[in-house]
Amino acid sequence: MIKRIAAAIVGIGVAGGVGFLAYAWYPAIAPVAPPPPSSFSAAQIERGRVLAAGGYCAECHTRTDGKRGVELAGDYKMDTPFGAIFSSNITPDPETGIGHWSEAAFKRAMRKGISRDGTQLFPAFPFDHFTHMTDQDIDDVYAFLMTREPVHSVKRDNTVGFPFNIRLEQAGWKLLFLHEGPLKNDPGQDAEWNRGAYLAEGLSHCSACHTPRNLMGAEKASAPYDGAPVDNWIAPPLNEHNPTPVVWTEDEYFKYLRFGSAPLHGSAAGPMSPVVHGGLSEMPESDVHAIAHYLAQIDHSATRVSQDPKAIAWAMQASMKDLVGPQVNPNAKLYAGACAACHANAGPQPVEGRPDLALNNALWLDEPTNLFQVILRGIGTTEGISTVSMPSFYHSFSDADLARLAAYLRATRTTLPPWTDLEKKAGEVRKTLPVPPVASSH
Amino acid sequence: MTTFRLNGREVTVDVPGDTPLLWVIRDEVGLTGTKFGCGIGMCGACTIHIGGRATRSCVTPVSAAEGADITTIEGIDPEGNHPVQQAWREIQVPQCGYCQSGQIMQAVSLLKDYPSPTDEEIDAVMAGSLCRCMTYIRIREAIKKAAATARGDASNG
Repeated sequence: MIKRIAAAIVGIGVAGGVGFLAYAWYPAIAPVAPPPPSSFSAAQIERGRVLAAGGYCAECHTRTDGKRGVELAGDYKMDTPFGAIFSSNITPDPETGIGHWSEAAFKRAMRKGISRDGTQLFPAFPFDHFTHMTDQDIDDVYAFLMTREPVHSVKRDNTVGFPFNIRLEQAGWKLLFLHEGPLKNDPGQDAEWNRGAYLAEGLSHCSACHTPRNLMGAEKASAPYDGAPVDNWIAPPLNEHNPTPVVWTEDEYFKYLRFGSAPLHGSAAGPMSPVVHGGLSEMPESDVHAIAHYLAQIDHSATRVSQDPKAIAWAMQASMKDLVGPQVNPNAKLYAGACAACHANAGPQPVEGRPDLALNNALWLDEPTNLFQVILRGIGTTEGISTVSMPSFYHSFSDADLARLAAYLRATRTTLPPWTDLEKKAGEVRKTLPVPPVASSH
Repeated sequence: MTTFRLNGREVTVDVPGDTPLLWVIRDEVGLTGTKFGCGIGMCGACTIHIGGRATRSCVTPVSAAEGADITTIEGIDPEGNHPVQQAWREIQVPQCGYCQSGQIMQAVSLLKDYPSPTDEEIDAVMAGSLCRCMTYIRIREAIKKAAATARGDASNG
């Protein structure tokens, strides 16, 4: 009897295993001769160009560490908790890129995360979002990619260790976390909301950075848009947990996503800068409006916006603190000397181009990461508010200086509890900067 | 290679991207009105305008100025007759003069944001521009005079 039960259990286990293998196994899709550019219309290629920008393909498929790679030729290093993953070459080079990929193979990769040869792709490639795109949009992106200049470029090997390097496991991951297929239209919402949802959840994959991930590297379904660390920055919460004193209204979102700066929140710096200036800037204005419209409903800003005038009035008072009269507090002096010329606001509203720190995201987040990043790196003219720049204070401030400046600003320009271990955290952020932006002059 | 517009003229320089913009302006282009003070963005002597906003050029890497529209003290008025410069002359603000081009650039920027600045606004915005000769009282007076001129007032009151 026991033997029979044991045999049955083994039998079920084997059947389950065979079933899983059958589920996990995908055939290779036969290689095709690279399609000639003439097989795509100019209109389709142009649509694909705009979509590829809005999906930030080039951001993760272009090498940025060391010598900058050719656009879309891959080898971008993505650090994950499981190891470094290097992105693939998506130019139509037959040997090292996707030159031999048919439209069907490309679509399978976008929808299911399966490579042309049948291997499972890691979800560092956000197919869990691209799966929501329409057939037409995926075909257009294909047309754009296949008409790029082929670049022969071999990527470095991933450093994902055992057991996570077993690609078959990705099939299990997908069973749990992949909701395959185009996004369903929500008839209870207006057309603009649906368009925004399509872009934010699919093509532009906002939550890939703004939602925390679980131990298996999947976005936590229980905490959508709750904010998460990414590339040594913090992607702030986009839901009602966003801590800034003024809410992210549709108008603020639109200005931020279109022009790189929301007057009542701050600028698009760090990894968010190319999202705005390299990606969404290519999209039609109506699409950026749609994303703003959608995000503004996620954070329920309409129900909280009535508090804003009070918050702005408070911030304008905080902004001028310690800047008038004799300065005795050494931390206030540091701020007055280095920052206030550009950041002090007398009100009643902050001046455009004079980002107010009492309203700024970076000061209100749980950690000082973004504040230190911006102070140390500065913001170039191609980032944030394009045309203006913020200098780099890498050589001006020691970690101790950064710590007391951050502590001072947190205490005087927010109503939140103090940050901890500031000097150590300043040093950690400093270490992530590859090259000091300005050569020391002394 | 970095390309930007300097006082309305397109400039391309071939220097390492981490070269401070101040060095490029003074040594590569040869405009020496902008001064080197502390070198760490804490004194304001090197202030120029990037995209119309006051910026410390000693801590701005030239790579951060790609495509920027830059104005230095030489560029705010072809004849040196910007209302702020006129006010500076009339009130005889400078003593040794070393920090003054930075002061003027910061003041021009201040007046764009606050066309009729109060003492508090002047103090807050100008606090990062140090003057070893202590010309602060005259700086404040000149800023108010320039503001009055720009408004078209008969006198600075």
